Amino acid sequence: MPTGDAKTADGTGAWADPAAASAAGVVRAERARILATLIRVTGSVDLAEDATQDAVVRALESWPRDGVPENPRGWLLVVARRRAVDLIRREARRAGKEAEAVSLLDPTPEPPQVVRDDLLRLVFTCCHPTLSLDAQVALALRTLGGLSIAEVARALVVPEATMAKRLTRTRQKIAKARIPYRVPTAEELPDRLVGVAATVYLIFNEGYSAGSGDDLVRVGLAEEGLRLARLLAELMPDEPTVLGLLALLLLQNSRRAARLDPDGRLLLLAEQDRSRWDRAAITAGVELVGRALRRTPHHPDRYVVQAAVAACHALAPSYDRTPWDAVISWYEVLLTVHDTPVVRLNRAAAVAERDGPAAGLALVDALDGLHDYPWWHASRAELLRRLARPTEAMAAYEQALALGTNGPQADHLRRRLAELTA
Amino acid sequence: MPTYIALTYTADVDWTAPEQAAEMQEYREFGEAARAVIRGGAALYPTATATTVRVGGGKGGDVLTTDGPYAETKEALTGFYLLDCADLDEAVATAAKLPAAWNGAVEVRPVIPL
Repeated sequence: MPTGDAKTADGTGAWADPAAASAAGVVRAERARILATLIRVTGSVDLAEDATQDAVVRALESWPRDGVPENPRGWLLVVARRRAVDLIRREARRAGKEAEAVSLLDPTPEPPQVVRDDLLRLVFTCCHPTLSLDAQVALALRTLGGLSIAEVARALVVPEATMAKRLTRTRQKIAKARIPYRVPTAEELPDRLVGVAATVYLIFNEGYSAGSGDDLVRVGLAEEGLRLARLLAELMPDEPTVLGLLALLLLQNSRRAARLDPDGRLLLLAEQDRSRWDRAAITAGVELVGRALRRTPHHPDRYVVQAAVAACHALAPSYDRTPWDAVISWYEVLLTVHDTPVVRLNRAAAVAERDGPAAGLALVDALDGLHDYPWWHASRAELLRRLARPTEAMAAYEQALALGTNGPQADHLRRRLAELTA
Repeated sequence: MPTYIALTYTADVDWTAPEQAAEMQEYREFGEAARAVIRGGAALYPTATATTVRVGGGKGGDVLTTDGPYAETKEALTGFYLLDCADLDEAVATAAKLPAAWNGAVEVRPVIPL
């Protein structure tokens, strides 16, 4: 079976010649759609994967040489369907049965509405609530993102064999337990969308919170998350959750270049060079927040409100001129739909900026259930430091570090701790 | 149409005891409401009545029995239903109406047709 990689020929992320790069880009953009249609037509994820992969490999062989065809989706679909028919016939011969695959060869192109629905079905199957979050993330990256198993494994820091097994088990559950391949009904949709958004946000955040350098593959997950959020917004342009999710990711990602200094050290919002923020992404994100807010006049959506907070920061000309009143108000709105200790901690941090560290610390100390959360200790440490209580601040930094955070974030805490010790 | 088994895990109760009558009534109501998809099922006597059977040394070897269930867990297997449902969504929605779903947990699994 072909094991060709939909993204790069050698897995390094670089294409030697531009024709190959452009072919790869088109293939990547179309892959999930072809797969989605084939799953519907064949009723089998495994068969559809094999047939789609075959078409992808053929395209990557012939397009750089012959040029990208006028209708790349049609080309891929015809090749993939033919392959699916071959596979079904072979299977039937093995079982001694007559194949019923002829209808697959129907050459009528799929209308855009059908392609859109196929893709939506695939999204909701990949993010079905009866699958574990780990399984959803892996399947979304493999199936919707078109990453190879090796790429998914590297991105999620799991051995390739483990990842292959996880994906096989997931597909087996979909097939044997009959996870339905359909778009949720109107009344199911809000709940199901929250699940899809959580999966996509997790993918983005895995990449966004990773460091640089040796974590480059993981950083690529931020791009994957954004790509998936864009796809959702294209498929469901009227859903506030989807618009809010894309806005939130765009606004967070707009700061990516400014988050680390040249030595890879984490810079806080207050320390970042705002001229390095991506203005185009901010404009797009803020515009989306506006559109999404107009669609949620009665019931705030969690992602839209989180994006609104991000927009307050993105639009502030400097840290000192952050509209803290607005930030705090948005957190209060968020608490009405998503009341978690972490949201309360974020609100407390904003209160500390507006009303001073003592007011913030009182709120932080009043929070229950965050004693295992490193950022609760880190927030206390920062506020204690500002209140000139160095001994307590040092103890809090040490507790935050003991609970384990990743590279650049831990470095930041250690630097603060060292400043206090000096 | 696929068949699913819904295994109910709850406190290790005696369904025949008078104090379970109210809950048994809830199960009967479930049985009535979900009649269209229920193919079969049963409530089980408590795990104290269970015997776990093994054959030592391979097929035809000595029959070894232990008193009690296969696994001692806080919540025990106390019953099961066979459900004919269109897909997992329908099976989950049906299982969510079983009293065991709020008094314990229900494990839903597809059945291999034999």
